[in-house]
Amino acid sequence: MRLAILDHGHSLGARLLFAFIRRVSGQPAPEILKLVRYRPDFLGAPMKKVVHEAMRGSSPWSVADRELMAAVVAQTAGSDFCTKAHSAVASRAYSDDARVRATLEDLETAPIEEPLRATLRMLAKLTREHVVDQEDMRSVLAAGASRQQVEDALAVGFAFNMIARLADAFGFFVGGPEVFATGAKFLLARGYR
Amino acid sequence: MSDVMQLREALIQRVLEGDGQAQRELRRSAFDNAGPVGPVGALVEKVALHASQITDDDFAAASASGLTEDQLFEVVACAAIGQASRQQDLALAALAAATAEG
Repeated sequence: MRLAILDHGHSLGARLLFAFIRRVSGQPAPEILKLVRYRPDFLGAPMKKVVHEAMRGSSPWSVADRELMAAVVAQTAGSDFCTKAHSAVASRAYSDDARVRATLEDLETAPIEEPLRATLRMLAKLTREHVVDQEDMRSVLAAGASRQQVEDALAVGFAFNMIARLADAFGFFVGGPEVFATGAKFLLARGYR
Repeated sequence: MSDVMQLREALIQRVLEGDGQAQRELRRSAFDNAGPVGPVGALVEKVALHASQITDDDFAAASASGLTEDQLFEVVACAAIGQASRQQDLALAALAAATAEG
């Protein structure tokens, strides 16, 4: 981490939690956990609530679809950590790693539903160019996504445009596949609370 | 307002108006990506627009300008939340315009 406080500045309770995780999993505490447990009253606690609602709240999109959106947003933002983390969650949620890999390799040819493809295309543009317009929205709606689905997708876009920036700015260490596999299992079971 | 938007506003209110170690004016200017000058402003702009290109040198320069690590933590958080919320607001406005025109 680029700020030493995010590695070594935590409360005793957080440090005990990190030690417990290391003992049980054999892996260090995830970087995102170190972020949300540092001064949680300032950032972590309110951030977890909005991210959990976007990713696990009631929505016409499945949890897997929303995790795929998170992975596409992260990949477009250039965040290696978040791309690996959320492609692992999406793969596990779909029970289909090939679907996720194909989407991240080429959105236009991936074997996914058209409303989802159009929504991912819009989210990628918003992340890449920081702007979308009415024509972009008409294209998503014409592909079959409902207004509610677009709003819910934009909530996911908010969450991961925020988190990807934090991960890249603070310099999250990108671990191996086993770290993300463990994280995916946890996030599917517990969500983001 | 939906639950997720209410929670987003609570997050924004907390980082901008709640207690912090960086002055509220600095947190607000980082959120808006409009105001900080020098290395802190450069870091804020990178967080907002080119976060994947941030380097250790960007943090070192911002730190050398006098901010503590806790203040940098808050400034970066505000910049990230600000850019993400602006993008969401702009997209929601585009959606509203698209649906209003039928």
